[in-house]
Amino acid sequence: MEIKVLHQVMEWNEDVSRQVRQTLKEQKICMINIMGSPGAGKTSLITALIGKLGREFCVGVIEGDIAGQIDAEKILSLGVPAVQLNTDGACHIEAMSIQKILPLLPINDLDVIFVENIGNLVCPAEFDIGESLRITLLSIPEGDDKVEKYPLMFTDTGCLVLNKYDMLPYFDFDEERVARNYETVNPSGPLFKVSCKDGDGLDLLCNFLSKKIREQIR
Amino acid sequence: MHELSITQSILDYSLSEAKKHGGVKIREIRLLLGPFSGIVPECIQMYMDLLAEGTIAQGVKIKATTLPLKVRCRDCGKESEITRRHIACPFCESLRLEILSSNDFIIDSLEVDTDGD
Repeated sequence: MEIKVLHQVMEWNEDVSRQVRQTLKEQKICMINIMGSPGAGKTSLITALIGKLGREFCVGVIEGDIAGQIDAEKILSLGVPAVQLNTDGACHIEAMSIQKILPLLPINDLDVIFVENIGNLVCPAEFDIGESLRITLLSIPEGDDKVEKYPLMFTDTGCLVLNKYDMLPYFDFDEERVARNYETVNPSGPLFKVSCKDGDGLDLLCNFLSKKIREQIR
Repeated sequence: MHELSITQSILDYSLSEAKKHGGVKIREIRLLLGPFSGIVPECIQMYMDLLAEGTIAQGVKIKATTLPLKVRCRDCGKESEITRRHIACPFCESLRLEILSSNDFIIDSLEVDTDGD
């Protein structure tokens, strides 16, 4: 006989992301999910943001990587609480992993948690990890066709950061093309041009983030 | 990579449902997967073969159906079903889409033998 059940499989990403969001709301923490290709500058961006936003907010970091502790060690050396989340091969972070790792951070003291997602323009965009805000990072050397090729990554984000902007003269990168396509898939999302290396453009981005964080932790 | 824990929860739920209905053997578990569920059905089957050993679900077949990707176009307003290969409105080719279906993951039904079968 057939038993019709139509049972939503619990403990799966949706439910867990809702729980994570609730926990963060209670703790008054703004969690920012940073996504982009390997080498786009996610760790450098986080390091730069800690330097600026760290004066106003208490910051913690969850470093997602397939393997290794390199990034977490880098952040810890700045005196900022950080935990390394190793996905053992998986190409993205899920809400369940965030839920498990949150207690390892001093969440009672934190205002902001940066989550560095796995370097990948595809899968991370598909998983809601309970974040308050998403940042998509694209660097000049990656090319100007990425918005067309990986639309979801740019559709479903709070802002786009164009990193390594100082490299623009050395690449055939049509920034108008990126801006136009980004506006098409994400009409309300702002675009920031920064260079984490020399700090250019970071102030504008930090003003935007600082406003978002204050709204969230109020 | 989370298929192991997911498979365990599918098995636990199926066993308790079958028991409720007087089932003595579970032959098939039918799943409905949203286009962004991120689940690999072959992995579920592989783990199920291991986990179900010695239970009434031993040898159970996992049948997974992927649900279509449903979107609403922000430009022409029409709803449609598209594939992830070509993300654009089939009516006006706009890329400004709102995703309606997502990471659903549902146990649809079980095929079970009861004592009377």
